[in-house]
Amino acid sequence: MSFLEYAPAPESKSILHLKKSYGLFIDGEFRDGHGTPFTTISPADESPIAKISNANASDIDTAVAAARRAYDKVWSRMSGKDRGKYLFRIARLVQERTRELAVAESLDNGKPIKESRDVDVPLVAAWFFYYAGWADKLDHAGLGPAPKSLGVAAQVIPWNFPLLMLAWKIAPALAAGNTVVLKPAETTPLSALIFAEILQQADLPAGVVNIVTGAGDTGSALVNHPDVNKVAFTGSTAVGRAIAKSTAGTAKKLTLELGGKAANIVFDDAPMDQAIEGIVNGIFFNQGHVCCAGSRLLVQENIHDEVLDRLKQRLSTLRMGDPLDKNTDIGAINSKAQLERIRTLSDIGEEEGATRWTAECAIPDKGFWFAPTIFTNVETSHRIAREEIFGPVLSVLTFRTPAEAIAKANNTPYGLSAGIWSDKGSRILGVADKLKAGVVWANTFNRFDPASPFGGYKESGYGREGGRHGLGAYLQSGWHAESQRALPPAVGSPAKPVRAAKKGASK
Amino acid sequence: MTIDQSVALAPASRAIQLIGTDLTEKSLKLHLDGLSGVDAVGLESRAAGLATRSIKTTSKVWALDTIIRLIDLTTLEGADTPGKVQSLVAKAMNPDPSDPTTPRVAAVCVYGDLVADAVAALGSTHAAGGPTGINVAAVATAFPSGRASLAVKLADTAEAVAAGADEIDMVIDRGAFLSGRYGLVFEQIVAVKEACRRADGSYAHLKVILETGELNTYDNVRRASWLAILAGADFIKTSTGKVQPAATLPVTLLMLQVVNDWYRLTGEKIGVKPAGGIRSSKDAIRYLVTVAETVGEEWLVPHLFRFGASSLLNDVLLQRQKITTGHYSGPDYVTID
Repeated sequence: MSFLEYAPAPESKSILHLKKSYGLFIDGEFRDGHGTPFTTISPADESPIAKISNANASDIDTAVAAARRAYDKVWSRMSGKDRGKYLFRIARLVQERTRELAVAESLDNGKPIKESRDVDVPLVAAWFFYYAGWADKLDHAGLGPAPKSLGVAAQVIPWNFPLLMLAWKIAPALAAGNTVVLKPAETTPLSALIFAEILQQADLPAGVVNIVTGAGDTGSALVNHPDVNKVAFTGSTAVGRAIAKSTAGTAKKLTLELGGKAANIVFDDAPMDQAIEGIVNGIFFNQGHVCCAGSRLLVQENIHDEVLDRLKQRLSTLRMGDPLDKNTDIGAINSKAQLERIRTLSDIGEEEGATRWTAECAIPDKGFWFAPTIFTNVETSHRIAREEIFGPVLSVLTFRTPAEAIAKANNTPYGLSAGIWSDKGSRILGVADKLKAGVVWANTFNRFDPASPFGGYKESGYGREGGRHGLGAYLQSGWHAESQRALPPAVGSPAKPVRAAKKGASK
Repeated sequence: MTIDQSVALAPASRAIQLIGTDLTEKSLKLHLDGLSGVDAVGLESRAAGLATRSIKTTSKVWALDTIIRLIDLTTLEGADTPGKVQSLVAKAMNPDPSDPTTPRVAAVCVYGDLVADAVAALGSTHAAGGPTGINVAAVATAFPSGRASLAVKLADTAEAVAAGADEIDMVIDRGAFLSGRYGLVFEQIVAVKEACRRADGSYAHLKVILETGELNTYDNVRRASWLAILAGADFIKTSTGKVQPAATLPVTLLMLQVVNDWYRLTGEKIGVKPAGGIRSSKDAIRYLVTVAETVGEEWLVPHLFRFGASSLLNDVLLQRQKITTGHYSGPDYVTID
């Protein structure tokens, strides 16, 4: 036996106390939905996990009404200090139940347990701790004196980081004093429902957070509900565009975190071994199901062959298989539909003339799997260099000069993230300054911290999540509220500048 | 002091192969300064990632036996006596008296003046560099500080080899390295390598100790690793065990990456020996994983990887007994040496 065929080391599922079926979490309790229930499956072997309720329009009405009641009667009146106490309590409970949440996440999503255990769940706790600290300090968030909460937030999140995206949405919303109706993705509702149990455990007042499960129609009913003040969406650009259209002309405040096609730029003076790790982490972390994944590798021409050689050697040590095995590096693709999309785009890559290389991996019989794949000889016009694949597929392009690297990196409709690998600080700063991307990582990739804002340019969306900036998405500026009071009502004429209006008032 | 950069260096074959026949202080320095940098954060996070591998059941059984086979069982105390060495050798030959299937360690490592005692105690078990049995390794070149004249270092080495040492663990002159006198460090390694030559023309294996705890930066560790390999090292070794920090997983990973680069370049396999501070089976298994996933598991053999350790062996034996008997014993069920 070879040592590298490590004996199985599966994390036990016995820590989970799964119910056979889960209801919608509305007004502090689980209740059945009125739509047709669906089953959530494990993408690693297609086995059913639990039956999940489906929320229809009437359920959304109930959930939004519960959130409105909780906002009016409890949460908007509560002091920031007390809201913070609830958030701290939630963070601690997440830490206490880390293993359980990690197992649930890997089971339902297909991501390796080492990622859910070491990245996802610890970041979830960190997000709640971070925003718990802000809850009583909103006056100092740079939004003017006494910024106001918005009301009821409708939040729709994707399947790639189910629990982490929930934390990104719920933590700042609650810290800012809003109440929430959240819809997890239909393929990954499990961890959100366990999180609902944590909210019960934390004694969070009923209706402050409501979790409704379902597919696209449920999400559409939620974001289009007339009594919602804020819409936050993370997901595909196509759906984001539809939401932007439907919320246009309403008073709803909107933030969108959409797709990406990030460039990971490797200069010839890069710390080579770490750059290889960074490339691997950039595109093969979470099976490439990462909106900010470094899916376009831009490598300086003179080191192209060496980088590719080393990359292939490194990829041959990646272990694909059971997401619950602690030694698994690459888990399952989240759904059959996503697997089809990855396959289709990869086939198109070959048809367009790019050279395909796939790591040798034993593919399990059941479930949805795609082995780590690299495309070389990719041209900027190829679809695999332009479209978001959202899978473990890397497109390699070359450049000769920093100017060419910057031009190629920016030549995309997206602009969520980018990476730079170089030992030269001045080059990193110079290039970072010219990249049109919301996040630029230097000599690292896919690093997240609650204190750091995250968000995109162009078709990658707008608004920022995380950090002080993330509060801005859930608050109305104190200055704004003041100036609105000072304005006379606009009656069919162009609005006068604020200063002129004030002058008039003083006369 | 100024360094004369034009003086030709000793014609070590590897350096000539890589840098060319006009081998000088300057050409050596150019090569070492031209190496790709090391990003400390990235290196440490890769090492931390490798440390999360979960080695269970059959893999663990194999790992524990492999660790024993790779140990240089070491005693390097001022208070060492011939009796202490005899006891160490007995332990090396028969690590667990309660279980005769326990493998033997790779070598015993002692100070130069005790080599003859170690050889005598081993008797017919002395491998003398052969494929079976146990080697005798001696620390030399004014270990651990390396602060002596070259003549003294060479005499120290030659004496240990003459007494029957199969492996020499030398220290580099860290002072010279840190002040940029790479040529001096290079020349000394080449000279010590020559002092490892036996009467019959064969060489004792040379392990070059970089004392990474005194080199301070990962860039320096990478340069020193290249320097030692170019000068003819059979093994590059992290530490003397007398300076903190001694062996760490990131430093060992980095040295393995250099060894991997050398292998990709020349097809030649260089050994790596982390020494000092590896006390538990759990820790040692992390090193095995790091070797296997960086250079490949064919490196997990005594002529390419060693642990410099003393207390590690007993922890491995306790783990081994636990697997055999199904329950934990205690420190009184393994022997002190």
